[in-house]
Amino acid sequence: MMTYDAARMARFVRRKRVNQVALTLALAAMVFGMFWLAWILWETLRLGFESLSVSFITENTPPPNEPPGEGGLANAIWGSLLMVTLATFIGTPIGVLSGICLAEYNPGSRLNAIIRFVNDLLLSAPSIIIGLFIYAVMVARFQQFSGWAGAVALAFIVVPVVIRTTENMLTLVPSGLREAAYALGAPKWKVVTRVTLAASLSGVLTGVLLAVARIFGETAPLLFTALNNQFWSTGLDGPTANLPVTILQFAMSPYENWQHLAWGGVFLITMIVLGLNVLARFLSRRFSS
Amino acid sequence: MTDSNDSPPIKLSVKDLNFYYGKFRALNSISLDIPANRVTAFIGPSGCGKSTLLRTFNRMFELYPEQRAEGSILLDGEDLLDFKQDVALIRARVGMVFQKPTPFPMSIFDNITFGVKLFENLSRIDMEERVEWALKKAALWEEVKDKLQQSGASLSGGQQQRLCIARGIAIKPEILLLDEPCSALDPISTARVEELIAELKADYTVIIVTHNMQQAARCSDYTAYMYLGDLVEFGETNQMFLKPGRQETEDYITGRFG
Amino acid sequence: MMRAADTRPVIMADDELPPMMGVAVFPLHDQGSAAPRRRWLPNRLADRLFGLLARGAALFTLVSLLGIILSLIVGAWPAIREFGPGFLVHAAWDPVRQDFGGLVMIYGTLITSAIALLIAVPISFGIALFLTELAPAWLKRPLGTAIELLAAVPSIVYGMWGLMVFGPVLARYVQQPLQSLLGDVPVFGALVSGPPVGIGILSAGIILSIMIIPFIASVMRDVFEVTPPLLKESAYGLGSTTWEVSWRIVLPYTKTGVLGGIMLGLGRALGETMAVTFVIGNMNQLNSASLFEAANSITSALANEFAEAAPGLHQAALIYLGLVLFLITFTVLVFSRLLLQRLQKNEGKRT
Repeated sequence: MMTYDAARMARFVRRKRVNQVALTLALAAMVFGMFWLAWILWETLRLGFESLSVSFITENTPPPNEPPGEGGLANAIWGSLLMVTLATFIGTPIGVLSGICLAEYNPGSRLNAIIRFVNDLLLSAPSIIIGLFIYAVMVARFQQFSGWAGAVALAFIVVPVVIRTTENMLTLVPSGLREAAYALGAPKWKVVTRVTLAASLSGVLTGVLLAVARIFGETAPLLFTALNNQFWSTGLDGPTANLPVTILQFAMSPYENWQHLAWGGVFLITMIVLGLNVLARFLSRRFSS
Repeated sequence: MTDSNDSPPIKLSVKDLNFYYGKFRALNSISLDIPANRVTAFIGPSGCGKSTLLRTFNRMFELYPEQRAEGSILLDGEDLLDFKQDVALIRARVGMVFQKPTPFPMSIFDNITFGVKLFENLSRIDMEERVEWALKKAALWEEVKDKLQQSGASLSGGQQQRLCIARGIAIKPEILLLDEPCSALDPISTARVEELIAELKADYTVIIVTHNMQQAARCSDYTAYMYLGDLVEFGETNQMFLKPGRQETEDYITGRFG
Repeated sequence: MMRAADTRPVIMADDELPPMMGVAVFPLHDQGSAAPRRRWLPNRLADRLFGLLARGAALFTLVSLLGIILSLIVGAWPAIREFGPGFLVHAAWDPVRQDFGGLVMIYGTLITSAIALLIAVPISFGIALFLTELAPAWLKRPLGTAIELLAAVPSIVYGMWGLMVFGPVLARYVQQPLQSLLGDVPVFGALVSGPPVGIGILSAGIILSIMIIPFIASVMRDVFEVTPPLLKESAYGLGSTTWEVSWRIVLPYTKTGVLGGIMLGLGRALGETMAVTFVIGNMNQLNSASLFEAANSITSALANEFAEAAPGLHQAALIYLGLVLFLITFTVLVFSRLLLQRLQKNEGKRT
């Protein structure tokens, strides 16, 4: 240090200080981010837990202004399960097949590049726009809000997620494996379904899980498709009760028992979505190791 | 092992240096004295610890939390490994050039001034002089003097590496560490960098890691042969290549091993 | 179907191995039967069908994009014909007199997203910096995961929390003190006026920022991590501090990716529905400059009015708003993807 004169030293001390301030701010940013996560989770747990009871999952949505503890979200949970399941079964095959096309059928082609690009756009396009689209092609045409329309709208959100993960997972499969299968004379469809897809199955499954997690909390696409309903849905032909829209309606209402139930619903959705995400992570980690 | 009867003063003195990657010990009690204003080469097969040793001289290993060094490295009598020594100041005195050229994402001119501005507040004219001086030292001035505002990445690989050398000497360090500086270069660029190394020793103490024995023989004054984390032999290059003191060194140099 | 465990040896046949090393382990089920198998379809036909199916599914993506654009234009057509581009700068919204303009909602969408970016960008940069340069190794993964989980929380949770928990806190501990402090100051007083209920533009902006921080932060972290270590080392080697390396080397080196991440976050903020609908207050007004005054955004207008709007001009005007939103987010997202792609391409060139 003796080789440094006073001016250099002063400059150096100033740089050190700038560095310390900047790094402290980075730490503060991290704490800030974690703080919100903790706060949101805490309130959801606290307020949601309070409203959980047996009736919460066994009874239908109550009329307003009943004493808290009466009624539950059974019809909304049921409707959500129906639509999410249906959407997953519609969206997954389309997504997996497109992913196969992007990864196995001339991945470098111009058309595939365009499809990939458009898919990435749809992946982050506003979900309320999907709601408008399905309203136009289904609800307006049949003059009927329906659970089917809700499920199709959700399926449109499933597809891009599954395409992305399927393609990613398939490109991870070593080409030697593919070549080895072809070398035995296996036809392409068999190589793809029995070898490459099988090899990346848990990865593809991860994608499906992530997609389910995504649509389970999606509200906007259901607003003008499935709408909502206070009764148990036996079919999907009419407006169908579902968790997110019920939560929205109940939370914005002035009735205490409804607000109470809304917190319970938010709690349930958060737990399911986070649980699915953790599961997906666990699967993909196993897959990549 | 060390030439104690040699005339040049000692610039860097390594004493009993051990180095660990996590639990793995990569250097075993290394001790050697590196003379001032000479070129010292570290040779040895891959994984022998020569780059590891080099990276202790400017404490680059500190970027990676699982790596640590024990022992002492005296630069003009001050211990570099002493935690009270500020690492940024050490790096201003001990410059380094890496295996691959690493131009910063900015113009050629700014690449040179980046380091200078960290420590000195020079006027525009002084700064231009410094840039010219450094680029001339690195034998790059004639090639780039008309395009100083172009991106550093626009140069060829050999030019980029000389740019990195110029960047290193622009802050006027006392020691210059070269970590296989020619491994990514073509033979012509390699020859230019080697010429440069010979010129640089007038002002700097140069330490070069190389896997190329001809290179060590051509441009170094002293050579250290390392194997599996041990310093096997250290001495004058001519001596070492003509008449190695140890059988292992001879095997390596003559290509029977490694 | 294969069980996950069965696939593992396959995965381990990595690229580093010679190509044929994987042969022994690939999971063909029906191997070894010497007798010719009964085929219900000749392989050639099956191949063709499968290829058609896959390509058809992939085209579905393009078709749905076109379908979305077309259906929006068709649905909005009565309003486009009636109001033309003047719709964008017209502030009326009167279903009774059938007079519609999108200015209030467009302004609300843009201003809340701007507030969100203003908060989220520096915070995300700090988080990414912390995660790549400062966090001890054992903390990196859990913290990174936590940030990514924050991105997975459904927006309705943010909205609910914003309405019930955060809004009242904001009103009580921020707006009221500010009002008593600045109430009489000319310009600033107007910025903080309004009933202290914690609902309005600022609330929506803050909640949007919390929502997009995880997106921007994880993209930034990912692009910071692709900076070649050698480049960073050479900057450290000149005696730079961590901050100098990050700000002057890593950030310029990754600027396209960082910008792409910010655009991605902006796209999210613009199109976000629930978090905004809960807290913006849904009032069609532009009279007040206050950040605490209730307002409206495109998404919350759609969410609140669309299902009940009478078919005709009202509905068409709402779809017109949807079209505007789509075009804005589309532009932002295209920009974002192009930037991120360029970064990837450069990566390919450099290595």
